[in-house]
Amino acid sequence: MKLTGAQIVIEALKREGVDVIFGIPGGAIIDVYDALYDSGIRHILAHHEQGAAHMADGYARATGKVGVCFATSGPGATNLTTGIANAYMDSVPIVAITGQVATGLIGKDAFQEADTVGITSPITKHNYLIRDVNELAKTIKEAFYIAKTGRPGPVLIDIPKDIQIATADFDYSMEVDIRGYKPSVTGHIKQIKEAAKLINESKKPCILAGGGVIISGASEELFKLATKANIPVATTFMGIGSFPQDHPFSLKSAGMHGNYAANYALTECDLLIAIGCRFSDRTTGKADEFATRAKKIHIDIDPAEINKNVVVDIPIVGDAKIILNSLLEYVEEKREEEWLDYIMGLKEEHRLTYADGPAVKPQFVIEKICEMVSENTVIVTEVGQNQMWSALFFTHKKPRHFISSGGLGTMGFGFPASIGAKVGRPDALVIDIAGDGSFMMNIQEIATAVENNIPVKVIVLNNRALGMVRQWQELFYKKRYSSTILKEVNFAEIAKSFGAKGIRVTEKEQLVSALSSAIDYPGPAVVDVIVEQEENVIPMVPPGAPIDRIVGGK
Amino acid sequence: MRHTIAVLVENKSGVLARVSNLFRRRGYNIESITVGKSEREGIARITLEVDGDELAIEQVTKQLNKLIEVIKVSDITHDEMIERELMLIKVSADTSTRSEILQIVDIFRAGVVDVSPKALVIEITGDRDKLDAFEALLRPFGIKEIACTGKVAMVRHPKEIK
Repeated sequence: MKLTGAQIVIEALKREGVDVIFGIPGGAIIDVYDALYDSGIRHILAHHEQGAAHMADGYARATGKVGVCFATSGPGATNLTTGIANAYMDSVPIVAITGQVATGLIGKDAFQEADTVGITSPITKHNYLIRDVNELAKTIKEAFYIAKTGRPGPVLIDIPKDIQIATADFDYSMEVDIRGYKPSVTGHIKQIKEAAKLINESKKPCILAGGGVIISGASEELFKLATKANIPVATTFMGIGSFPQDHPFSLKSAGMHGNYAANYALTECDLLIAIGCRFSDRTTGKADEFATRAKKIHIDIDPAEINKNVVVDIPIVGDAKIILNSLLEYVEEKREEEWLDYIMGLKEEHRLTYADGPAVKPQFVIEKICEMVSENTVIVTEVGQNQMWSALFFTHKKPRHFISSGGLGTMGFGFPASIGAKVGRPDALVIDIAGDGSFMMNIQEIATAVENNIPVKVIVLNNRALGMVRQWQELFYKKRYSSTILKEVNFAEIAKSFGAKGIRVTEKEQLVSALSSAIDYPGPAVVDVIVEQEENVIPMVPPGAPIDRIVGGK
Repeated sequence: MRHTIAVLVENKSGVLARVSNLFRRRGYNIESITVGKSEREGIARITLEVDGDELAIEQVTKQLNKLIEVIKVSDITHDEMIERELMLIKVSADTSTRSEILQIVDIFRAGVVDVSPKALVIEITGDRDKLDAFEALLRPFGIKEIACTGKVAMVRHPKEIK
C-alpha cells in the first residue's frame, strides 16, 4: 500500500500507540496536519511551540510514555528548542517532529528555513533529517526506540516538505537494530556482589536516590533495599517521589535547597549508595568535598555518568530496577542502631520551619495545598522559589507525582507541563505551583487549557518579583535588586479574560476556600495569591560551598 | 597526556559534525582529527588525538560512545601501534640549494612530487617526530606552504579494532 510521507508519519505514530500530539501547524508541516485531520489521534493546539514541547514533556513524566510534539520549520522548530533542551537535561522521552523546507531548498536560506538538526544536535539524544521517504517509517520506529530505552531523552525528526508529499510503501514490521546503540541494562554481577558486601559491612550507609529510580520504576525495589538493611534515603531534586517522604527513613531531598538531615547524612555517611543520579552541582555542592568520608556505589544506566562529576568506588551500569532486584539477593538484613539514632536525631532537630506573619507566606500556601489534596495529585512547579518551596513544604509520597524542571531550570515550564500531565492523567488532580515571573513566560497557554477544557489548577505565589534572583541579590549582592522587582499583575483577571476561572487571594483567611473552589471547578482555574515579597527559600547552601554549610534557619 | 583514539562510525552525512560538536560542547581539546574509510562498507574510521588526564579521556570515550552513530571507541594509546601522518611541503629551491634539499629528502625517505624553477613540493609520511625534524631541516631554505593530514593509527597484529 502506497502512502504519502505525511500519512506514513501518522500511521507510524498510531503503531507506536500515540494517542495525543501537542503542536502548532505551519507551512512546512501542513501536509502532516492534513493527514492528522481525520486520523483519530487527539491534537492539542498549543499557543507557542515552547508550550507544545513542555506539554509533551509533562505528559511523558506523568505517564512514563513517550510524549510527541509537532512544529513547523524555522521559527516553529527554534521555538521548540527550550522544551527539547529541558527534556534532554531531565532524561524525558519525547519525539519532536518538525517540518522542513523542501529538499531542493535546504541550504538556500529559504523562507522559514533553519538548520534544525544542527541547532538541536547538542540537546537531543539523537536527531534525523529525512532525505528519502523510504527511510521515514524505519526512522520513526528508531526514534521511539531511542527515546524510551537506555537513558531516555528527546529525539527529533526533521521532515522536508517534499518528503511529506512523496509516496512509499508502508511497512512497520522491521526490527530496530542499531549497531551503535546497545544499552546495557543488567549490571555486572561481580560489581553487584561487591556492592552488597560494602553495604553489609557499612556502619553508616546512606542512599541517594535520583530521577533514574522514577524513570526505571524502581521505587518498590528502593523501598525494599532501604527497609531490609535499614538505610536512610536522601533523594536528589529529580528523585523526589522515589521514596515516601513520610517514612521514618526519609531524609527528603538534598542539595542547595535540600533538607538539613539529608545534607548532613550525605556528608557523614561511610557508604553512599547513589542510584539513578548524576551528581549534579545542585545536589553535591562543592564536588571535591562531597561525601568525602564515604565509599561510593553508583548505579546508573548511562556509563558516561560514572566518574563524571564524582569519582566512585563501585560503578554498576544498568537499569536501576533490575540491578536493585539483583542486589537485594545479596544484601543481608541489618540495622545500625547508632547511625539510625543519629539520623533520627538530625531529623528531629532540624524540622523545616518558617516565620508566620500577617501576610500570606508562600510556605503556608503549599502546606495548605498538601493538607487539602488526595494522594492522586500531581504537583507541577515553575522554576525558582515556588519550585523549591513546593519541593520542601509538600510531602511527596509517590513517583511521577512531582514534576519540575530540574536540570535546565526552565521558567515557564510548569504551566504547559501541567497541561500535558493532565492530558496523560485525566483521573488525577494536577496543580501547577507557579511564581508570577515564571507563569508569565508561558501564560498564553491558558487559552490551550480553556479551548481543550483541560482542568489544571494554577496556584500563583505572586510576590511581584523574580524571587530566587532577588533572594541571591539580597544575600550576596547587598540588596541591590537589579531588574528583579516586577509590577503587580492581577492573574485572576487575566485568567477570566481567557475564559478560565480566576480567584484572587490577599488575606490568609481567603486561602482555603479559594483553593477548594478552584479544585472543585470543572475547568481550568487560576488562584492568584499575593504573598510576602521578601521571603527566602531556607535552607540554602551558598553556591560553590559544600552541602553541610547551610545558611539560614537553624 | 596525549591519547590516540580510534572511532568507528556510521558513514553518514553529519557524523563528523556530531563528533567535533561534542568536543566543542564539552570543552575537550582535539589535537588532530582524521576521517576516512574503513575495511567495511558503510563504516568510516576516525582517528583522534586528544590531550587530557585519565579521567578526562574516560569521559571523552564514554561521551563518544553515547552518540548513536558511533559504533566503537578504542583508546589505543597504550597498544603496540603504528602512527602515520602525511605532510606536503612546498619549499623554496633553486639551482644552488636543490641538491642539498634532495639529500635531506633521501635521508628521510621522503619524495619529490613536483619540481619547478624556484620550488619543490615534497611529500613525507611518518610519525610526528619525524615530520617535525624534517620540517626543521627544511626551514632555513624557506618553507612556502605546509599541508598535513593529521594522524592515522593502527594497532599491530593480532589485535584488531572492529
